[in-house]
Amino acid sequence: MSGSTIIFYILAALVLAFGALTVFSRKIFRAAISLLMSLTCIAGIYLLWGMDFIAALQIIIYVGGIVVLIIFSIFLTHHAGESLPKPLTKRLLEAGIMAIAGLGFTSWVVYNHVFGPASSIAPVDPTVHNIGLQMLSYSHYGYVFPFEVINILLLAALVGSIVIAIKKSKKEEE
Amino acid sequence: MEQVPLSHILILSSTLFFLGVYGFFSRRNLITMLMSVELILNSVNINFIAFNKFLYPHQLEGVFFTMFIITVAAAEVSISIAIIINLYRRFKTIDIEDTTTMKF
Repeated sequence: MSGSTIIFYILAALVLAFGALTVFSRKIFRAAISLLMSLTCIAGIYLLWGMDFIAALQIIIYVGGIVVLIIFSIFLTHHAGESLPKPLTKRLLEAGIMAIAGLGFTSWVVYNHVFGPASSIAPVDPTVHNIGLQMLSYSHYGYVFPFEVINILLLAALVGSIVIAIKKSKKEEE
Repeated sequence: MEQVPLSHILILSSTLFFLGVYGFFSRRNLITMLMSVELILNSVNINFIAFNKFLYPHQLEGVFFTMFIITVAAAEVSISIAIIINLYRRFKTIDIEDTTTMKF
């Protein structure tokens, strides 16, 4: 077992442990911090595989943006230090059965599937240079159209979140 | 370099996915449900990157899909945080058992 394999298993165990803490913790702030650690460990896995750009994106957008936004909204909507109310037993049972059955079925399928060998064509380096060239290419296999669609989606989300969260004055509400 | 078997990576991502599913269905708080959705999206990202890296290294398709998923997740979180704050302003709670005005 080489060093990178051991590091992968350690990171995978950390991802799962922090993910479980996110889901099971009754303190909402601790859940958010465990989500942050889990996402950071996933970025570590990407780094281990040589996907530098995706790891950077993961750190910048997820850890630096999304988790900070979640923690911000926790501060806006919760009193610090209170634990969440107990979940309903019926829904716990339903969710547990669903998750365990799904996990069992998926693991069974994965274990019985034989994956083909990796393609023997010369590999492409996932550098920012190559990614950017293909992202903005108009020719075959270019991604410029989804790029523009995502731009419009982001603009719509920006405007929409402002419109939804804006505080209406008393006159307008009446 | 010795390679981790692909099935172990898939088991990792499916365990993370079903942890997210469990959290989504068992939690009562909107923000924790949002966190579970983040876990689900991240498990899908791991799958895309693993397939790209270990089965089709001559393409960059998995990288693009991961980037688009990350972008959609950012848009989704911004919208849902806005909805949560609006809901909190109106009902003074974000527990889904208490906000049943529009419940069918």
